[in-house]
Amino acid sequence: MKARIAAAPYLLWAALFIIIPMGLVGWYAITDMDGNLTLDNFSASMRFAPVIGSSVWLAIIATGICLVIAYPLAYMISRKSGIGQRTLILLVMLPMWMNFLLRTYAWMTLLENNGVINRLLGMIGLGPYEMINTPGAVVLGMVYNYLPFMILPLYSVMTKIEPLLIEAATDLGCSPWETMKRVILPLSLPGIATGITMVFVPSVSTFVISVMLGGGSFMLIGDLIEMQFLGNAYNPHLGAALSLVLMAILLLCMVITDMFSNPEEKEGLLL
Amino acid sequence: MDNNMFRRLTALFCTILLLAASGSAAFADSFEFDRDNLPYTDDWDAYSYDEEYYSQLAGQGASINFYNWGEYISDGSDDLVDVIAEFEALTDIKVYYTNFATNEELYAKLKSGAASYDVIVPSDYMVARMIKEEMLAPLDYSNIPNVRYMNPAFMDPNYDPGSVYSLPYAWNTVGIIYNTSMVDEEPDSWSVLWDEQYAGQILMFNNSRDAFGVTLKYLGYSLNTEDPAQMREAAELLKEQKPLVQAYVMDQIFDKMENNEAAIATYYSGDALLIDNDNIAIAIPKEGTNKFVDACCIPAVAKNKLGAEMFINFLNEPPIAAQNTEYVGYGTANLAAYCLLDEEVRNDPILYPPQEILDNSEMYINLSDEANLMLDQLWTEVKASNKNILTWGILPVMTIAAIVIGKRQYRKNREKRHKYMIED
Repeated sequence: MKARIAAAPYLLWAALFIIIPMGLVGWYAITDMDGNLTLDNFSASMRFAPVIGSSVWLAIIATGICLVIAYPLAYMISRKSGIGQRTLILLVMLPMWMNFLLRTYAWMTLLENNGVINRLLGMIGLGPYEMINTPGAVVLGMVYNYLPFMILPLYSVMTKIEPLLIEAATDLGCSPWETMKRVILPLSLPGIATGITMVFVPSVSTFVISVMLGGGSFMLIGDLIEMQFLGNAYNPHLGAALSLVLMAILLLCMVITDMFSNPEEKEGLLL
Repeated sequence: MDNNMFRRLTALFCTILLLAASGSAAFADSFEFDRDNLPYTDDWDAYSYDEEYYSQLAGQGASINFYNWGEYISDGSDDLVDVIAEFEALTDIKVYYTNFATNEELYAKLKSGAASYDVIVPSDYMVARMIKEEMLAPLDYSNIPNVRYMNPAFMDPNYDPGSVYSLPYAWNTVGIIYNTSMVDEEPDSWSVLWDEQYAGQILMFNNSRDAFGVTLKYLGYSLNTEDPAQMREAAELLKEQKPLVQAYVMDQIFDKMENNEAAIATYYSGDALLIDNDNIAIAIPKEGTNKFVDACCIPAVAKNKLGAEMFINFLNEPPIAAQNTEYVGYGTANLAAYCLLDEEVRNDPILYPPQEILDNSEMYINLSDEANLMLDQLWTEVKASNKNILTWGILPVMTIAAIVIGKRQYRKNREKRHKYMIED
């Protein structure tokens, strides 16, 4: 009973600022400018399939790179002891203390044709390379900004892996590679699943990174939604439908990653 | 006769009187005026405030909400007047000042009813759209005596016949901003935006209306065309241009042009004067361009209409308007203020372009809903016609993902069957 009272403020908050707005988004998506019920908004969204496709694709690339970078790093951190571990985690978190826009803006000045990196390369007679306004720059922006969201869940799962298990595997004749494949990897699956969701979701819906680092040449679904509200046509109905499409994509992503974090399996592996 | 109608008629009447009095037969939107023989003084001290008029709301705790473009009112820097502070001191009306970045943002804010403002500064076509959707209140010119200083060439515009709802704040043109150290000849045509020589050094507008406007002008069409064939032709041209474009930007052009990142950019001519780089120059192409007016309006939902009208009046006090236009870097439509400016400014071919260029140029009008939708759709197509985004990788990644997921499902099913067998 007490718990229910304590939870009441949040429930009220959730109802007011999550459920009602969601309902409004749904309502906008199925009505037209004159307030009639229609499914046109969804068929109109489908015309933007290439934009949706390229957003998902860039987000997949960014998530993949994050995973490849973060996995060994998280493992290394989790095997450190005491102060070393805390320092490294602090270093991972440190960039997040700065504003997201500021960090992206900083990359802009680094990557520009007359930017810091090209000038340094110029001193040793290389370049200049065209780095900004490329898809690579967009992916870089995503990876840089969302990497901590991949490292942290991996790290927290890996610290829970008993060193004894690894020792036992080695004692029973596993090579380091096999230990990784048969013990550590399966045990860290839930962390991988969380990390993928945490990186993929903001990557696929970002709209600032593509504008700032992509030079506006790579329209992502986030830009498209923004355009419906602040663009020429002012069509919040289409914008709402596109938002629902985006949510469906995210839901699909979560269903897929969820398949990899089956609690039953974990028990089975531990036994 | 209802009150509203009466006011509209009064306003119209005032304007007609004004036009007649000025003696120039200004035909709508030509922006044409005799720049030499003007009936105003160049003496800054000739003007003083009407204290009685400005103290009407004093001591009542009155306030107004002013919604304006960013960096679009003199704020006391460069030894110029701080317009808002001066107004507050004079009238005892508190001004709450906020900014918007695009006309569409302003429109969306007002349309959603999320906020209420007393003075807004939309551009011409947006004024027309708001009038059509009954979002504006007619101005009561008996409360704006300074309308007498306005340049008749800017009154009674097509976007607001009779100047019932709007009073011009500033006007300007779209031009080509270029870096003289990277571009040898002064670009006299929009064709320079399609010149392979400048591949990767061109900055283009990042909004559909302006990007298409420039392209349509280059093609020799009206920038207000609603002909689908012409719009499509412009879209194809924009797609062709895309490989040459370094970036589609708005405000970022300041940084990029300042740091010599790009050679050529399309933007509002007046803003180029703010770029801190000695090599920056501006050209207005021979095909003509977009000329635009930003005008003060009062939303229909305004809470303090008298205060708003006093503020608009104050903006048109000639010394205030003159300093303000100096800060903003756009042209002024206040003739008395124009006369206070230095001769050098008055004859600046970018701020006050020669009449041939203005005659060649057009203002935006509000497009139909269908045309607006088509414009955004085509713009999205342009933006999505991608340079390589590593598409070669899609197939292998998808295949691997499918194999992993498939294998996993297969194993799960097998385990399930296995379990049933044990239970049986």
